[in-house]
Amino acid sequence: MEKNMKNEIILEVDKIKKYFEVKKSFLDSGKSFVKAVDDVSFKLHKGETLGLVGESGCGKSTLGRTIVRLYQPTDGSIIYKGEDIAKFKGQKLKNLRKDMQIIFQDPYSSLNPRMNVSTIVGEAMLAHGIVKKGKEFQEKVVEVIERCGLSDYHIYRYPHQFSGGQRQRIGIARALALNPDFIVADEPVSALDVSIQSQILNLMMDLQEEMGLSYLFISHDLSVVKHISDRIGVMYLGSIVELANKKELYDDPLHPYTRALLSAIPVADPTKKKEMHAIIGEIPSNVNTPPGCKFHTRCVYAKDICKEVVPEYREVKPDHFVTCHFAGEI
Amino acid sequence: MTENKAVDTSIKKKSMAVGPWRLAWDRFRKNKVAVSGAAIFIIILLFVTFGPLFSPFEMSQFDLAEKNLAPSAKHLLGTDEQGRDVLLRLMLGGRISLRVGVMAAGVTIILGSIVGGIAGYYGGWVDNLLMRFAEIVYSIPFTPTVISISAALMFRVSSENKMYLVMFLIGILSWPSLARIIRGQILSLREQEFMQATEALGLSDFSRIARHLLPNTLAYIIVSATLGMASAILTEAGLSFLGLGVTPPTPTWGNMVERARNQRVFTRYQWMWMPPGIMIMLTVVSINLLGEGLRDAFDPKESR
Repeated sequence: MEKNMKNEIILEVDKIKKYFEVKKSFLDSGKSFVKAVDDVSFKLHKGETLGLVGESGCGKSTLGRTIVRLYQPTDGSIIYKGEDIAKFKGQKLKNLRKDMQIIFQDPYSSLNPRMNVSTIVGEAMLAHGIVKKGKEFQEKVVEVIERCGLSDYHIYRYPHQFSGGQRQRIGIARALALNPDFIVADEPVSALDVSIQSQILNLMMDLQEEMGLSYLFISHDLSVVKHISDRIGVMYLGSIVELANKKELYDDPLHPYTRALLSAIPVADPTKKKEMHAIIGEIPSNVNTPPGCKFHTRCVYAKDICKEVVPEYREVKPDHFVTCHFAGEI
Repeated sequence: MTENKAVDTSIKKKSMAVGPWRLAWDRFRKNKVAVSGAAIFIIILLFVTFGPLFSPFEMSQFDLAEKNLAPSAKHLLGTDEQGRDVLLRLMLGGRISLRVGVMAAGVTIILGSIVGGIAGYYGGWVDNLLMRFAEIVYSIPFTPTVISISAALMFRVSSENKMYLVMFLIGILSWPSLARIIRGQILSLREQEFMQATEALGLSDFSRIARHLLPNTLAYIIVSATLGMASAILTEAGLSFLGLGVTPPTPTWGNMVERARNQRVFTRYQWMWMPPGIMIMLTVVSINLLGEGLRDAFDPKESR
C-alpha cells in the first residue's frame, strides 16, 4: 500500500497526561491518582496508521479516548489540524466530533439494542444537520453501510439480528457516517474470530485508501498491528517506550520491553531457535509507579541510574523514538 | 457505489426486521400463564368500566325496605344493610380501587424514574444527595406512617378526596426502591460502549437520555409499574378495611370487605363481603401474573 500524503501532519499529541483520581476511604483526605496516560507524545501523518500495542491496563484505550475527547486530558496538548483541541467545549467540541471518530472493541455493547441500523448509523448525521429525514437520509445510510460491506435490506434490522463481524461493520459505518478524517480504532477486532478479523482489517484498509483516513489503531495483538500499521508505538504503564516504523521496530527493537514482547510471538517453525528476552516479575501498579524508569523493576539490564532518573523519550535513530537510558547500547 | 436509488419501501419489506418489542411480544404470547393473567385483568377492567352502564340502579340509591336481601334475579349479588345493590357497588368500588392502584403506581414511576435517572446520569454529588434522600424516605416505616397520616387527616378531607390522599401517600412512600433500580440500570448503561459512542458522535444530552438511556430502562419501568399497581391495590384495600383509606359512602373493594368485621354480616350476609374479597384477590393475582410474564418477556435472561 502506497501512501502519498505522508508528509502532512494531521495530529500531534504533546506530553499528554490523563490521571484518574482514586477514592480512598473518606476519612483519609490524601489523594492519589491512577496515571493511565503519562506524558505521551507522538505525531500522526495524514493517511497513516499508527499502531499502539501494550498489555492490558497500560493505558492504550485511555489514550485513544482522551484524544477523541471522551475524556478530558489532565495536561498536555492535542494539536489536530493546527488547533489545540484539548480544551474544546460546547459547539466547537460538537463540530470536532464530525472530524474524529472512534470504533469500539465490543460489537455487542457498542450498539444500542433498541435501535435499528438506520437509526444507529444515521442518527448523528441528523443531529449534525448533514442530511434531512426522508429519501436523502435513507440513500445516505444505504451508501455508508454498503461501503462497509452490508446490504441495503439490512438497514431496518436490529443489532441482535447480526453476527459479531457484521455488528462491527455497523460500528464502522456509524463512525464513517460523519465523514471523519481521523479514526481511533480501539481494539476493533479483539472480540472477533480470527477468520473475521482479517475481513474487518481489510475493510478498514480499503476504507483508508478510499477516503484518505488516518488511524490510531489500538490492539494487544502484535500480528494484527503488524498487518495494518505503518508505524508502531509500544506502551508500558501509560507511556510510550518505543515508537518506530513497522519494519524498523520488528527488525531492530531497541527497548528491552519491545524485545520481550516481540520474542513472545510464536514462530510457526519448530526447527527455528529463537532468542528469548525474558522480563521478570509482574507489572507494577499504575497508582504508585516506580521512580526513575518505569520499567526498571522488570528489566534485566537495569542499572542504578534507571532507578533514579526518568529516561527521556528521545529520537535515537531517525524516526525511531525510545524511552531508555541505554537505547542502542544494550 | 449506489446509482441514485429512489427511496425504496421494498427495502423495508425484504429487511425481515424483528425489533426488540416484537421479540418481547412473541415471548409473552407463548407464556400461557401470563396471557391468562392479562385476559383476566382485561375482563375485570371491562367489568368495572362498562358494567355500571347496564345496571338499573344508582350508586347512592338506597331502599331500606330492600335491605340485607340475598342474591336474587333483581339483585344479582343481593343488597347491603342500606338496601343498595351490591353488584353495582362492586363495579363502582372496583373503579376506585383500580384508579388508586394506577395512580399510586404512576406517582411511584414518575418520582422513581426522575430521581433514579438524574442520580444515575449525573453521578457525583447529585447522585449522593438524591440517594441519601431516597434512603431516608425508604427507612420511614410504611404502615404506621400511612395509618397515622390518614388518621390525622381523617376529618379534614372529604370522602372523595380521601382517594387522592391514599394514592399520593402510597406513591410518595414507595418510589425509593424504583429509583434505586433505575439508577443502577442507568449506571450500568452509561458505561456501555454505545453510550460512549453517542458522546463521540456529539449527540445532545437530551437525545442521549431520551433516545438511548430511557428506552433501555423502559422494560423495567413497565414491569415495576404493573407489580407496583398490584401492591398499591392491596395497600388501599388494607387501609380502607381499617377505615383509614377511602371511606363510605364512596365504595371501594377495601371498605366493602370491611363489613365482614360485623359478626352478623360475616356469618349471615356473605354476599356483602365475599365478592369484593374475591375481586381483590383476582385482580392482584392477574396483575402479578401479567407483570411476571412481562419481566420474562423483556429479559429472558432473568427468568428461572
